[in-house]
Amino acid sequence: MEFSLFGQQFSLFPIILSLKVAGLSTLASLILGTFVARLLARRRSVCAAVIDSLCTLPMVLPPTVLGYYLILLLGQKGLFGPALKQLGFQFMFSWQGAVVAATVVVFPLIYKSAKTALEQVDANVEKAARTLGASEIAVFFSISLPLAARGILSGAMLAFARGMGEFGATLMLAGNIPNKTQTLALAIYDAFQAGNDALAACLVILTSGICAAILITADYLLGGSR
Amino acid sequence: MIDLSVQTTLRGKHGAFSLDIHLQSSANRLVLFGPSGSGKTLSLQMIAGLVHPKTGHIVMDDTIFFDSAQGINLPTRKRRVGYVFQDYALFPHMTVWQNLAFALRQQEKRLPLLGNAFRAIVPSRLNDEQQDSIRYILELLEISHLAERRPAQISGGQKQRVALARALLISPRLLLLDEPFAALDPLLRIRMRKEIDSILQDCGVPLVMITHDPEDVDAFAEDLAVYANGQILAMERGFQSRSLFAQDSLSYLSDILSKGGQADRPFGFDDV
Repeated sequence: MEFSLFGQQFSLFPIILSLKVAGLSTLASLILGTFVARLLARRRSVCAAVIDSLCTLPMVLPPTVLGYYLILLLGQKGLFGPALKQLGFQFMFSWQGAVVAATVVVFPLIYKSAKTALEQVDANVEKAARTLGASEIAVFFSISLPLAARGILSGAMLAFARGMGEFGATLMLAGNIPNKTQTLALAIYDAFQAGNDALAACLVILTSGICAAILITADYLLGGSR
Repeated sequence: MIDLSVQTTLRGKHGAFSLDIHLQSSANRLVLFGPSGSGKTLSLQMIAGLVHPKTGHIVMDDTIFFDSAQGINLPTRKRRVGYVFQDYALFPHMTVWQNLAFALRQQEKRLPLLGNAFRAIVPSRLNDEQQDSIRYILELLEISHLAERRPAQISGGQKQRVALARALLISPRLLLLDEPFAALDPLLRIRMRKEIDSILQDCGVPLVMITHDPEDVDAFAEDLAVYANGQILAMERGFQSRSLFAQDSLSYLSDILSKGGQADRPFGFDDV
């Protein structure tokens, strides 16, 4: 698929791949991050503190370090590589790998905001639900989650924007293969390295526009729900 | 008949608070009176199963709620104890009707694991019988006109009625009221006292109320337990009939508390 902007011809593939990677990784982190946040919210044990910092670590580590860890875990000769290959999963140099890398990178954004949002829910309201006969599952889905939804979703919004721009970990794990694993951020880097400044400028403007549009839309949707 | 015998120690940053309560009452209305920070709310939360004592037992009629010796600890949701919180704890994202419907739905039969999660996300329609019982309780508490409002849109007295209606809908074994009138202005307080009194007479649910207002003691206490420093200073049975001919309750209460030493709220504990 070809696309033309400011007289520049370029493939739509990186745009679609970036949206796909950002969307899937946000979705995966949303489920995983909210689940872990629910387990750790309002816990003050040493064990909880250790898991909490492990979950936050991807936010402070350089993405290349994350990519390295992921290769150690999921690579051909990695810890789970052979087992995953048996199951038909191939994360090295595949778009699925890009999703995994982006998921790890955006996970802390959702986990942190979900944990804060869940801890801000009035504990008495949850207790009241329990006295009325609600199971922990019912308390979570009917009370805690709806009351924390805005906080969790704003975390998801940031995660999506961050996922769109994921570069380092993706490059390490999925590589930079045009029309296979080349996302927008990688395509810009490629174009710039190749001296194709006009194409790079086009892609930069496009990326900025898409990210701004996402943020504005999400802000509008979240703001309107109250 | 409630039998409460619990011991626990809470550790805070600035010291410890220990609770040691032995309490038996077969009265229909038991009032726990005492200064803030004397362990009243903690006792109530233990009855509801929201806090667990270190040792002891809690028995309501024939049901063992908690027994450290036998290793029994009935989860809160199975105790069927109506709890009206001091701040009412209504669900802010639901209308009054939905608040009540939530209480009723929890009484339905449990589904297998994921069924419960699904039902929590996509609530089923209430059947006619359930709708009728909500309408009945709304009328009993004179809040039918508030059904579609959210908690943020109603007054303190109205919130209290909703919280009471919600607690009564689960047909509780026991009703727990935590400082029910403290947050109301004085005129409304007098009115709500009378109304709750008559509603409770209609429902016939046994009541445990905590208060630091001697007037509540006058209005409600059949049995009275006076709390101080995490212990029971005095236990009076048949208090209501007594106060009619003997000492008035205000001077009685201040007498007891002065003997036991007025306790300040232990530092660092908000909620005991």
